[in-house]
Amino acid sequence: MSNLSYVRIKEIPPSAPPVGQRGIIKWLRENLFSSWLNSILTIFALYFLGHVLSGILPWLFGGNWGASSLRQCRDETGSAACFAVLAVRWKQLIFGFYPGAEYWRPILTFLLMVLALVPILFTRFLRLASLSALFPGLAVWLLWGGSFWPVFCFYLGLFSSVYCFYMLIQKVKLPFQTGFLTSIGVFIVFTVFLSVPIQLVVESLLPLTLPSVESAQFGGFLLSVLLGVTSIAICFPIGILLALGRQSNLPLVTMICVGFIEFVRGVPLITLLFVASVLLNYFLPPGTSFDLILRVLIMLTLFSAAYQAEVIRGGIAALPVGQYEAANSMGLTYWQSQRLIIMPQALKISIPGTTNNFIAIFKDTTLVSIIGLLDPVGMASAIRADQTWNGIYWELFVAIGSLYFIFCFGMSRYSLYLERQLQTDLN
Amino acid sequence: MTAAKADKKITAKKMVITEEVAIHISDMNKWFGNFHVLRDINLEVRRGERIVVCGPSGSGKSTLIRCINRLEEHQKGKIVVDGTELTTDLKNIDKIRSEVGMVFQHFNLFPHLTILENCTLAPIWVRKTPQKEAEAIAMEILEQVKIPEQALKYPGQLSGGQQQRVAIARSLCMRPRIMLFDEPTSALDPEMIKEVLDTMIELAEDGMTMICVTHEMGFARQVANRVIFMDEGQIVEQNEPEEFFNNPQSDRTKLFLSQILGH
Amino acid sequence: MAPSPYPSEKFRLGMLLGDTRYRSTTIQVFAFIVFVSVAFWLVDNTAKNLAALGKEIDFSYLSSRAGYDINQRLIHYTNDSTHARAALVGILNTLLVAFFGCFIATILGLFIGILRLSNNWIIARLTSVYIEGFRNIPVLLWIVMFFAFLTEMTPAPKAFKGADPTSTMVFFDSIAITNRGTYFPMPIFGTGSIYVILTFVLSLVGIVMFLVYARNLQRQSGKILPRFLISFLILCLPSVVVYFLSGTPVSLEYPYLKGFNFKDGVHVRNSFLALTLALGVYTSAYIAELVRSGIQAIHKGQTEAASALGLRPNRVMNLIILPQAIRVIVPPTISQFLNITKNSSLAIAVGYMDVRSTLGGITLNQTGREMESMLLLMVFYLIVSLGISSVIQGFNRAFEIKER
Repeated sequence: MSNLSYVRIKEIPPSAPPVGQRGIIKWLRENLFSSWLNSILTIFALYFLGHVLSGILPWLFGGNWGASSLRQCRDETGSAACFAVLAVRWKQLIFGFYPGAEYWRPILTFLLMVLALVPILFTRFLRLASLSALFPGLAVWLLWGGSFWPVFCFYLGLFSSVYCFYMLIQKVKLPFQTGFLTSIGVFIVFTVFLSVPIQLVVESLLPLTLPSVESAQFGGFLLSVLLGVTSIAICFPIGILLALGRQSNLPLVTMICVGFIEFVRGVPLITLLFVASVLLNYFLPPGTSFDLILRVLIMLTLFSAAYQAEVIRGGIAALPVGQYEAANSMGLTYWQSQRLIIMPQALKISIPGTTNNFIAIFKDTTLVSIIGLLDPVGMASAIRADQTWNGIYWELFVAIGSLYFIFCFGMSRYSLYLERQLQTDLN
Repeated sequence: MTAAKADKKITAKKMVITEEVAIHISDMNKWFGNFHVLRDINLEVRRGERIVVCGPSGSGKSTLIRCINRLEEHQKGKIVVDGTELTTDLKNIDKIRSEVGMVFQHFNLFPHLTILENCTLAPIWVRKTPQKEAEAIAMEILEQVKIPEQALKYPGQLSGGQQQRVAIARSLCMRPRIMLFDEPTSALDPEMIKEVLDTMIELAEDGMTMICVTHEMGFARQVANRVIFMDEGQIVEQNEPEEFFNNPQSDRTKLFLSQILGH
Repeated sequence: MAPSPYPSEKFRLGMLLGDTRYRSTTIQVFAFIVFVSVAFWLVDNTAKNLAALGKEIDFSYLSSRAGYDINQRLIHYTNDSTHARAALVGILNTLLVAFFGCFIATILGLFIGILRLSNNWIIARLTSVYIEGFRNIPVLLWIVMFFAFLTEMTPAPKAFKGADPTSTMVFFDSIAITNRGTYFPMPIFGTGSIYVILTFVLSLVGIVMFLVYARNLQRQSGKILPRFLISFLILCLPSVVVYFLSGTPVSLEYPYLKGFNFKDGVHVRNSFLALTLALGVYTSAYIAELVRSGIQAIHKGQTEAASALGLRPNRVMNLIILPQAIRVIVPPTISQFLNITKNSSLAIAVGYMDVRSTLGGITLNQTGREMESMLLLMVFYLIVSLGISSVIQGFNRAFEIKER
């Protein structure tokens, strides 16, 4: 047997791979032409792409933006895209029938919304999140108009109850639940008894009103974003409560939650929207009548909350049982362990499912066109019914579809970003 | 770092090394993209040898043995296994894979099949063995690894040590002439490492040619006839175990040994 | 209550919430009271409102005459039929759309999902564009788009007319795509066609028998037969041979242009086509993602272990990857089938008469019976959804991978 021992004296420095094995040639070889089948597929795909693009690109870039009717478009530029319909009708597609002079209000609301979302979405700015809480009231006032003071009084009540809560917890050192319930009591007392007198007083001193706009005038993307963002925001806490209720040890609570969730998930959204538009009035005391948008919002929120509850339930189920045991053995109460340990982890796990749910809700806002509200899809049908634009369809669909795509794709990219940000474990 | 010692006498006389060359690797280089992961590897393994490959993580030791059964492709150089050269020719690859068995760090048992089905799968579908014959062979080998009673259970119902022994049995059912082990005990709880190492020692006693990537230095001392140390994609030092552990020549070897044997 | 291990404590009011023995009961009693009060309040309001409008709950309207036409139906129906029958027509229409939608979605979804995993960069990117494009645009928009495309971009029947028509039929002059619908050739079963059908059914049985035989042969001797090829031959050859031997009894009735319309053949309306295609293609993007993630969820080590044992890639896929991937892919895919059924309720956007358009649409508007119709409608969807959920649960239980 030859001597096995060997010691390396000279280091081998790293060198570059052989030419056929690196760079663009290798990439082409591996990704596009790695086998006969692949090469055929590549050639076929390139041909297909070329064919499609040669049809679409001239149509897209040869578009007519200046005409004032479909017929004029066809006369001027033949079969190229007639984007003139967008140039003429874009205001309706975005704002619906909102009065033109007041366009600055939805635009300002949108900008404020983006600003308000920044602290929530990008955790570096989380400290500013308390300012985001001001947004909902401001948005309601800006969009619907009317006097500013009801909103102001609402926030005054909210503020005082939150302040009272902190005082009770920190200074008087009452337990969490008592403090919480007391501050809710404060809020109710304030709103019911004090806010109306305060409003009357302040209004006589300094009236601050905006011209009011009716809900029926809302339309287009304004309506979609309003419905989407509101129902997404409100469905999240409700979904958490439903998920917890479904998991609970109390059979009655579990039954109610399960019943609600399974019922909502078993029927199509359109039936629930129909309930909103026709039947909801029957469930309320005779004589009351709600705004249609508010009714639709309630139904949309309940619908999304049921799906969100399922997503969160999946997140909770994915947590190891040891987490509950650890929390209990530390002496935390139920709500404390939920707040500090279970929920943060469960929510992190359910980020992909939650994003999918949010995207689905936003897309589902198009269904309101079936009950007569003029969201972009409904608006498109209305535009197509118009004499001047009768027969047009691609251009409208491309525009509306692209806007939805940007929103939804953006949301899914954001969720990937969020997952990466929150990745605290090494797996 | 545990050094699990087998407390049975190892019959050294059965571990015969012949002159026949089982694996011949010359000037083998491999790149991952632009990263030169294996540099100028030259290695000759004779039949009956038991080689332990050790080294820091990232040194390319797993990549080396995965190149031998073509789980990874080498870009330069030559690998010849049992007289067949390892090229892009599918027939050669199939032939080599039926002669070479591999055991993985994470067992990789097929969870939807029973233990018996795991073991008979390859003989039935690759060697076209009739089912009864395949099952008989499988039961024989399961007895060899001392878990015949688990044959009808599913992998998820077994402990880690049992699963790894099943993995060894599954490879043995193809009657390989060479066995490759990629850190077979790294994913096991300490009390299960011994049962797997005992199984590997018995294999060695039966004359199997083995290349084992492991951190179990006790095993290396007892069973290996050659220890290879790799670092940064190159073979830095190789020697008989006693010489290797007591008299490391290279500085890098000394550093590595001090890290894993020190505490 | 079991005897308390604690020496007799006096009962204090605070124990209602503070003591684990009473706490859950207290909370549930409280929840019960709240729930019942809210429910009672709702029901009371509803009853008052309905009474004020003279619309007490009453299902007898279902047996009254419907009085409207339904242009696409699978069973006999005239405008003299009852509302109940109209609802039944609607239900069958819903199920028809759902069935074809699921079929298209599954086939397309499987195909695209597997292509998505290809290591051909262009194919992977193209399928990615397909998947993201369809998933990020609302389904209603797709339905309206498909419908607009079928009604506006297809030629009118009279364009097919004359010696030099501007449009021709496709597929060897057999299918006419017009803006009034698509006309397919209809198979006519003449005398003797019974033999062909019988042969076909027998060949299906034959395939099953062959597969059993092949499996036993492999067990006994280890020999492996080319199962797919032989099954395919068994499926086709006997039926084709009998077809020709019995004098080609099955013929196709081709649609042809007469006057301003096509006659004969099977007339599939654009509303049905648009709805089915849109639902099928939209859901196929979701199924493709499920297929892709299901196959990718299988640990790479499984493929490595199988390859190391000498199995070729197609065997690895059939024996190792697919059985495990199926368990992961099938349950969410069945959920997608439920989604298709629920999304079919958007039929009203294109004028297709599904159950929501009949029972929950025209019937509801004509009779003013909103509560009852809505209730029945929701009950229908709930039955479908519960049925599909139990299928999923049954599948999971039957195929679960056993662990400790």
